[in-house]
Amino acid sequence: MNTTAFRTDQEFFFDPQRCIGCKACEMACAECETNGQTSMIHVDYVDRFLTTQTSVQVCMHCEDPVCAKVCPADAITKDEFGIVHSANTARCIACSNCVDACPFGVPKKVEPIDLMMKCNMCYDRTSAGKKPMCATVCPSGALFFGSREQISKSRPNSTPVNTFRFGQQLVKTKVNIMMPKGATELVVDSE
Amino acid sequence: MATLPVSAEEVIARFGPSLNFPPSQGYAGRDEPDEVVKTHCCFCGMQCGIKLLVKDNRIVGFEPWEEFPFNEGRLCPKGVQRYMQNNHPDRLLDPIQRVEGKGFSPIGWDAAYDGMIAEIQRIQGKYGKDAFAMLSGVSLTNEKSYLVGKFARVALKTKNLDYNGRLCMVSAGAGNKKAFGLDRASNNYSDLAHAEVIMICGTNVSETFPTLTHWIWQARDFGAKLIVVDPRLTPIARTADLHLPIRPGRDSALYGAILHQLIKHDWLDHDFIANSASGFEEAKKAVESYDLDWAERTTGIAKEKILQAAKWWGPAKTSFLLHARGIEHQSKGVENVLACINLVLATGRIGKPYCGYATITGQGNGQGGREHGHKCDQLPGNRDIENPEHRKYISSVWGIEEKDMPGRGLTAYEIMEAIHRGEIKGLISICFNPLVSLPNNNMIREALEKLEYYVCIDFFLNETARHANLILPGSLHEEEDGTVTTAEGRVVRIRKAVNPPGNARTDTSILLEVAKRLGAEKHFTYDSSEAIFNELRIASKGGTADYFGITYKKIEDNMGIFWPCPSEDHPGTPRLWEDKKFKTPDGRAHFHGVPYRDPGEMTDAEYPMILTTGRVVSQYLSGTQTRRIGKLVDQYPEPLLEIHPKTAALYKIKNRELVRVSTRRGSAEFPAQLVETIREDTVFVPYHWPGRKSVNQLTSGHLDPVSKIPEFKVCACKLEPLGHAAPSAAETKAYASA
Repeated sequence: MNTTAFRTDQEFFFDPQRCIGCKACEMACAECETNGQTSMIHVDYVDRFLTTQTSVQVCMHCEDPVCAKVCPADAITKDEFGIVHSANTARCIACSNCVDACPFGVPKKVEPIDLMMKCNMCYDRTSAGKKPMCATVCPSGALFFGSREQISKSRPNSTPVNTFRFGQQLVKTKVNIMMPKGATELVVDSE
Repeated sequence: MATLPVSAEEVIARFGPSLNFPPSQGYAGRDEPDEVVKTHCCFCGMQCGIKLLVKDNRIVGFEPWEEFPFNEGRLCPKGVQRYMQNNHPDRLLDPIQRVEGKGFSPIGWDAAYDGMIAEIQRIQGKYGKDAFAMLSGVSLTNEKSYLVGKFARVALKTKNLDYNGRLCMVSAGAGNKKAFGLDRASNNYSDLAHAEVIMICGTNVSETFPTLTHWIWQARDFGAKLIVVDPRLTPIARTADLHLPIRPGRDSALYGAILHQLIKHDWLDHDFIANSASGFEEAKKAVESYDLDWAERTTGIAKEKILQAAKWWGPAKTSFLLHARGIEHQSKGVENVLACINLVLATGRIGKPYCGYATITGQGNGQGGREHGHKCDQLPGNRDIENPEHRKYISSVWGIEEKDMPGRGLTAYEIMEAIHRGEIKGLISICFNPLVSLPNNNMIREALEKLEYYVCIDFFLNETARHANLILPGSLHEEEDGTVTTAEGRVVRIRKAVNPPGNARTDTSILLEVAKRLGAEKHFTYDSSEAIFNELRIASKGGTADYFGITYKKIEDNMGIFWPCPSEDHPGTPRLWEDKKFKTPDGRAHFHGVPYRDPGEMTDAEYPMILTTGRVVSQYLSGTQTRRIGKLVDQYPEPLLEIHPKTAALYKIKNRELVRVSTRRGSAEFPAQLVETIREDTVFVPYHWPGRKSVNQLTSGHLDPVSKIPEFKVCACKLEPLGHAAPSAAETKAYASA
């Protein structure tokens, strides 16, 4: 870990209103050799009958990752930079606890290889000082990787938010979602 | 005899389209490439920078090119997957010739050339030089476009050369020449950044030019209002401040009505109109009666929305108007363009920072290709083939007598009509798949079947090429050096990354060899693409599209140069008209009177619905390349009929039900996709697919009288639900439909 070039001033920002559903992120993610042509980012129509709106889900890299907490095999770890890594393949028992527990629905059990896989924020790239592939190619800026200063300068009418309220529970994440200016948290489920 | 030698199914089984998927662990060598080649995407007019990874003469992957200024690494799914056209199992590796009852069999290059030359000479000897036509395309570089133009006029000696840009940007080009005297985007996209109002007219930016979306959002981040005119709620329209869901084919009525409001409220730049423009009174007179009630009735857009658009557009200090095929693919495409330009000129917002106007050129080299080569009425430098001075100059560059320079020939669709009538007997094509991309393609098929001889140069056996007597295996984008000119007017470098595989050859070497065998060798002695470019520079010198000051080195050093660039010490011209000296004969920007007229085909009792066509994000044009790339096909595997649920209820059409769509020209069956994102009087089908799945069996051959662009965007149709669900996309295999 000492040799990493991971840039701690760089963060991941996601702005759902800009998503055009083109799937460049999925295509680019799948190119990574560690993914074996499986995308770790997912784009879907919200409801194509009503709208062309699409939504992207990328791992939010929780500060206190519940996927790691519920893992009976200790396969999921968070590193010193806050990256929650995909399950260690030697340890993962494919029990799907993480799949069920994640509030964002991120980890997927990949059936052919019987392992959990999820986004590790392109650790091979980010640890070498590069941007994650999805945020590099995203043509609309819905996915952005850069400094907090860059995002506040270039998008003055939006505020990055990384606090999500699920009922009584607060989840803080490394990944930010862009909200209208002044927002402080995203209430996902108010019940 | 240009019928298929065997059934289409048999041809497809041998030559595809088949789907190319990467191996699950990626291609070997990607981590340690021999070379990382900075070049551009092979698809649309954005020409995004991309780095190709090369190992052992194969493209094994890509890396974003983050330093290239337009896209800074951004790509769309087509760009990410573009490298999969390389090492494709369908790639043609030898010349192949038609064998009746057997299909196509390989033949040596010498024998192929001998047969081809004999047929060209036979047909031209018997029926005249112009009876042999050539069709080209603007996925070709500037060098190849220039070469094709010279080849057809000097070696083949035919006037009948045209290109697939005829289905693309010709309405915009003609409109821009009338209004400005020059055909190029007036501004580069950095002028979007601080525009107060952006109006995008008939362009599905988010699916056809995805990387432009970022530039539009940059402006919105600083408060720009976005107005989108489109019959459908496209992904870019979804979040627009104002969406004007126009009835297809009524565009000039909308822009006329907005001009009426600008005049009524005096949202005009009187100084610009008086000192830098002409024709305002004519434009004003044409829209005198176009009040909001008339506009609402004609366009189908609520009058409050039209007024709101005028209120934002009129008083703004800065603005940018973009349009594309939605308004251009009409039998009044040029008029629609001129009506848009009137709005720009009325407010005088051009030639200044963040005051922009541009057509979004569709094809990769749609801009450069239409300036220097294969347009039937044009000579290099955007010169006029009928102008004696222009003919004289280009003849001198080419070393021919002016009298030997052919005149203006037929346009692309007209060439097919002339073949159908039996007037044109022979055809050579490169980079064009008219059987999929031209309208009314049942007529196109009949025409192809009447040809006495057809030779095609392509890297895959596209649908049209199945009718050929001979197919010469040419080169991919990444197999030759060259330049292209992006939609912004930026000339960029295409770099060769690999050699053509097998016995395939570069397009350039094929054209040079044919020219030689036709006896024109002395006019075609280039030892490199750069040598062709250097001749193009001289040929363009003094023309409106002046490339004389652009060199390969200069392009490389600056990551692109904007033309006009008349001398080597000139930096290029990112923004036109800063001096308000327009290239028209009187030096002014021209307004035009644009009275509204209806589209070529109106709905009636028999054909009560409007059919419009367009694209999807994962496919490109006629699909010769993208219908062979597995992941792009999987993303949107078959053409769907988008229909509003209320309309579907009237016809009792259910989602995924198979519906027969018929027009006066043909019929085809598509699964219904019920969506509230389309007008109730309109259905939409994307056009990338061949054979029975081609919506261009239905579209009309009504042409714009000036630009001769076909009216892809509007015709009248009827719908018949077939009472059963469509088979799955996996069963239909639309990508390879016969």
